[in-house]
Amino acid sequence: MITITDVHKIFNKGKANQVNAVNGVTLEIQSGEFLVIVGSNGSGKTTMLNLIAGSVSPDNGTISIDGNDVTNMPDYRRSQWIARVFQNPLSGTAPDLSILDNFRLASIRTKRKGLSVGVNDAFKKQVQEKVAVLGMGLQDKIEQPMGTLSGGQRQALTLLMSVMDSCKVLLLDEPTAALDPRSADVVMRTADTLIRDFNLTAVFITHNLKDAFNYGTRIIQMGEGLIINDLSGAGKASLKQSDLFDWFA
Amino acid sequence: MDFYLTALLQGLCFSAIALGIYISMKIFNIPDITTDGSYTLGGVVTAVLLTNHQPTYVILPAVILAGGTAGAVTGIIHTKLKINALLAGILVMTALYSVNLTILGRSNLPLINLPSLFTIVNVVSDPNKNTFWILSIFVIVITLMIGYLLKTDFGIAMRATGNSESMIRALGVNTDRMKITGLALANALTALSGYLVAQFQGFADISMGIGIVIVGLGSVIIAETLINWFKLTSVWLSLVLVLAGAVIFQLVLAFTLSVGVDPKLLKIVTAGFVLVIVSLPRLSLLRSS
Repeated sequence: MITITDVHKIFNKGKANQVNAVNGVTLEIQSGEFLVIVGSNGSGKTTMLNLIAGSVSPDNGTISIDGNDVTNMPDYRRSQWIARVFQNPLSGTAPDLSILDNFRLASIRTKRKGLSVGVNDAFKKQVQEKVAVLGMGLQDKIEQPMGTLSGGQRQALTLLMSVMDSCKVLLLDEPTAALDPRSADVVMRTADTLIRDFNLTAVFITHNLKDAFNYGTRIIQMGEGLIINDLSGAGKASLKQSDLFDWFA
Repeated sequence: MDFYLTALLQGLCFSAIALGIYISMKIFNIPDITTDGSYTLGGVVTAVLLTNHQPTYVILPAVILAGGTAGAVTGIIHTKLKINALLAGILVMTALYSVNLTILGRSNLPLINLPSLFTIVNVVSDPNKNTFWILSIFVIVITLMIGYLLKTDFGIAMRATGNSESMIRALGVNTDRMKITGLALANALTALSGYLVAQFQGFADISMGIGIVIVGLGSVIIAETLINWFKLTSVWLSLVLVLAGAVIFQLVLAFTLSVGVDPKLLKIVTAGFVLVIVSLPRLSLLRSS
């Protein structure tokens, strides 16, 4: 689904604050794979995710999604395959727009935003039904501005928004880092359910080793811009939580 | 009373500029001061075409196109060359002075005895009231168009661009193009104010736009204060309040003059008034906390 070949990314090249974020990573992510990326701060995890999303373009190497070379394609065009959930709950939604308007935009992620009014009663009902699944009582509040909700509610809604339109790849950048344990649990369960139900290819960055252990079909560890551990299938299944702690020892 | 009627008419003329500033400042979150130049551009294009006996259906699109182009240039400088929006606006505004002077050919062009928007249709016989009705219809039509636009999928994407850029890019919107379009729209509206004012006052002047941005800003800030006060979220009510802001702003200035304040001091009163409006909500917040 996603093929990354010998990708390099250096920030502030030639300056005193040069950062070698990614140093020649080659990675093949299969369709339907739920990949967990762990690694210390500055190991290149987020840069990897941004390279896949297209917010950052590589210095060297190629990236392809679903057989299409997307190395030089900007993020807003890669959105035809990719939906994202950001670390900051504020980044994934527009706070001054209503929940309904946020969902409307998400429902036309891969389509043209034209000059017709798309928010009608049928759409409203559809959003209410989707939101009700979360069990947060948000179905009666869909006319409210997104900004009035808590971080956990916003992350959960961002997840639902990602499957409003056809979606193949879901990128999760520490989606629960800013949340309390209970909301974090709801968000992770929702993500896991959606990934299974919609058969998504997912890339999930986390610092939470418990989540890294519980979720995903494959796990990689990054260090100094390289992949230093890679376990999938049976290897991931037989991995013990204590082994994960040892990776960081 | 005529004094206040004139102020009301002027307020209506300036409502297009207020809507323009509302789009650039509130919707896109971009401080755009191309305004001073694009407003004059609207007036200048109107005056030159009127003196060349062009009909309204030629002048109106020409004004919109001229203003839109000015805004698009600011947008391109801001997004493609990554120049600070304020500086981009200043650059285009400065350049427009020469453009305007070239189009006008001199510093002032009177439009006496030429047919204008306000004389082609006679709704009522009294010229002031006639102007009032024509202006009202004009402003209502613009407001309906902008209101509808903001409700469409494109409009929601516009509002999201100024609100959460990372989100809207992830949802497939080219934010650079969106900002350029937005600034073009904002400045096309600003130019429409120039179009209305030039015909209303009967002349176009190279310096008619100096400091005009404060009129738009003041109107939007009055509207914003009211919007926050009543905790409004409706797009339509917000637009109506922006129009109200434009009229209130002119009425306050008219009142200032009518109580005998020296016209020389008008600009300082204007600045002071805007300052009061901006700081009032903050002051009352301070007291309650």
